[in-house]
This record gives sequence, structure tokens and C-alpha cells, in this order.
Amino acid sequence: MKYVDEFRDGELAKIISANIAQEATAVSGYNLMEFCGGHTHAISRYGITDLLPANVRMIHGPGCPVCVLPIGRVDQAIRLALEYSVILCTYADTLRVPASGGLSLLKAKARGADVRMVYSTQDALKVARDNPEREVVFLAIGFETTTPPTAVAIQQAAAENLNNFSILCYHVLTPAAMHAILSVEGGKTVPLNGFVGPAHVSTVIGSKPYEPFADDYNKPVVIAGFEPLDVMQAILMLIRQVNDGRAEVENEFTRAVTREGNLKAQHIVDEVFELRDSFEWRGLGSVPDSALKLRSKYFSFDAELKFNVDYVPVADNKACECGAILRGEKRPQDCRIFAIGCTPDNPVGSCMVSSEGACAAHYTYGRFRQIPIVAEALS
Amino acid sequence: MCLAIPARIEELNDSGNAIVNLGGVRKEISLALLDEVSVGDYVIVHVGYALQKLDEDEAKQTLAAFAEMGQLDELRAELMESGT
Ligand code: SF4
Repeated sequence: MKYVDEFRDGELAKIISANIAQEATAVSGYNLMEFCGGHTHAISRYGITDLLPANVRMIHGPGCPVCVLPIGRVDQAIRLALEYSVILCTYADTLRVPASGGLSLLKAKARGADVRMVYSTQDALKVARDNPEREVVFLAIGFETTTPPTAVAIQQAAAENLNNFSILCYHVLTPAAMHAILSVEGGKTVPLNGFVGPAHVSTVIGSKPYEPFADDYNKPVVIAGFEPLDVMQAILMLIRQVNDGRAEVENEFTRAVTREGNLKAQHIVDEVFELRDSFEWRGLGSVPDSALKLRSKYFSFDAELKFNVDYVPVADNKACECGAILRGEKRPQDCRIFAIGCTPDNPVGSCMVSSEGACAAHYTYGRFRQIPIVAEALS
Repeated sequence: MCLAIPARIEELNDSGNAIVNLGGVRKEISLALLDEVSVGDYVIVHVGYALQKLDEDEAKQTLAAFAEMGQLDELRAELMESGT
């Protein structure tokens, strides 16, 4: 068992696909949101939409950490690097996110900023140890999967008195974003019949935090692994729930996800972080209790406080539809500049940057197939 | 960046880290988030940390569920019964 090839088997895919075709009988169709960018990527890469009947529609969710980061947050990091001359460490995906003034972290680097790509928070700590005379800031982004590694680094930095290390804490929470999707003001929400729940986020938080979406919102949730067969099976499980009139949390990814999740990781996160009152997301606006900040005992590692760089909100590029795409209202090909003015080499919006972004996934795998969007189909 | 992959634990070292085999590449990762890991286990590696162990029995059950023919099976059984 290698846990990869087995879950990409073409014969099994045909069986699941046949089951879906047989069972997706509801005339009103099935509008399913894959919350996580990892699933968006898998769906595009393996052409899963081509294996689904026309009445099963996948809607991309906001679960791509780079995509939901608003411009003003990238600006903060760039200011630290350019004006405060810190060494700014970051995961590769954030380097090309467009910021104000035509800048990105990569372009700031070309202007002399010391921006360094790291693979792990351990690498960022090493940069801080190796450069005791410099300030080192780690741009900490991501959902519940990258949060525990940041928490471990903070505990280590505190234990080592690594006082030249700090973080820009932009960690965000999956359930809060799902809640926001389902309760957009003015009731303009996209009609959704269920969620494909994230794989790796759920290995950490478990399946329990999704129970309110089934119980209170009456939306089925099926947690799925990241391989193509996982996603297809989860879609089938959602179709079955809709057909039976059920709304439950089901787990397709039992090989790694339990109801309780990784308790050790949860405890470490809880020791280091607490909820932010509110955090601005690209597309979703300010969402209460949707992000984390360092607990007061770790304030000295908070770069926002240390350097006094405030967050200044900045509007997205006018042509960019990232906001509507992240809310599930539009598709990448609905953006006027998709693949014309905006490409992975020259992204205008954040959804074109990471391979998990909806626009980048559609662009890279050439899935430009035209499916009528729900709003049209309903009217 | 969320594209974490299953990796096999090849070696444990004293610093609480492990060497994993990631598609042929040996890499040192942190085990700070996971207890009771042994050589031979498969783990999900994400930004240099093992996030969770993979359970082989559960994986086999999931694969078996993929192969279930659902309504098609029933349909076939019905056809057989009716002798067509
Ligand atoms: S194509 Fe580019 S500009 Fe348009 S929505 Fe996607 S990321 Fe934004």
C-alpha cells in the first residue's frame, strides 16, 4: 500500500463514475462545493468534471490560503521587507500574489528586499538563528494544516529566546469560512446541496467541527482524501445523502481522519494562538472569529505589534472576479481577463497564483468546458 | 501549498525528527505533531511536519467501497433473477 496509485486506478474510477451516473437522478441537480483548494486542483488535474453528469456541478470554495489573503495583508509583508529591512521568510505560494503598486513579494525582492522562500517553519527558525543581528519575520499563512507547524516554531523560538524572530500571523479557520459562505448578507448565497470537506485540514481538526453544518444548516458534508477516486467517491456519497434527504457528516478519508482529529496538534495550537475578533478575507469580507492571533504571552513574536505595521484594506483590481469566485458565485471563465490579461505567469488576481487557486487550476489543465452556471440554470 | 503527500518513515533520529521517502527523495521532517510513529509507517507530510498517520486497514476498506457497484449491482441481480 503506497496510498497514492491505488487511489488513482482507472478501472475503479469507471465504477464510481457509473454509480454516479445511475444515481444522480434529481432533476433539480446537485450543486456541490469542494471547500478546499487541494480538491479544486485534483478536480481540474484529473478532469473529474468530465466524468460527472451535467446535473452534478462542482463549485470551487474559498479553501485556498493564498487566494483568500487580501491585498492589504501582502502589503504589510512587503512594507516589513522594504521599509524595515527584515528578512522575510515565506512559503513559495505567497511570493507572486499581486499587492499594491504593481508589487508582489517577488518584485519587492528584485528591488532589494530580503525575501526568502522556506519549505518549513524549521527553515525560518534556522534563518533567525543564523542571522542574530537581523530581524527575521515569517509570513504565516494557511488553514488548520499550516497552523500547528507555526505554533511549534513559536514554542521553540520562546524556549530558545530567539528574540529576532517574529511572525505575521494570517492563519485562518475552515469552519468559519464555511459558515460565511452559507450566511452571506442579503441572502445572496449560492444554492448548495452539500460540501466536499477538506482532507488535510480534517486530519488536524477531525470531522466534529463540521457537524453544525449538517445539524443547523441541513447541508451534507463528506470529508474526502485528495486523490481523484476519493473525490469521486465523496461526490457519490453526497448524491446519496441528497437523494435520501439526509444531512450528515460522513468521512470518506477514514485512513487519516477521525472524529476528534490530531489532539496533540490541537493542544499546541491552543497553547499558542487565540481567536482574532475579526479578519478580512478576500471575497468574504470581514468574518468574525475566523482567524488566529498569538496569545498575549507570545506577543513579543507578533510582527504586527513589534514593528507597528497596521493593516490597511485595499480594494481588488476592478477587472478581477476573485471575490465572486471565492464565494462560489462565478467561475474562472466568467472573468473578462481570464487567460487574456491574467495568467499564472502574470497573475492579476490571487486565484491565478497558487496551483490550488480556481483560476490557476482551470488555466493549467485547460478545463475551459462551458457548463451553465447555477444562477442561469435556475432562472 | 496544501498538496501534502503520504510518505514512508525510513528512519527516526534523536532530535525527534524522521527521515521520510517522498517519491524517491529522502527528506528530514519534524514529528513534533505526532506521537508513536515507527519506521515503516506512512504519514501525511505537510510543510515539513508529519500531520497524521495513515491507517492501512481503513485504506483497504475505502478501496473496497470504491469497487462496490451500487445500484448497477442490484440491477444486474434483478436481471439475473428474472432470467433475462
Ligand atoms: S482570471 Fe485573474 S483576474 Fe480574473 S478572477 Fe481569476 S485571478 Fe482574478
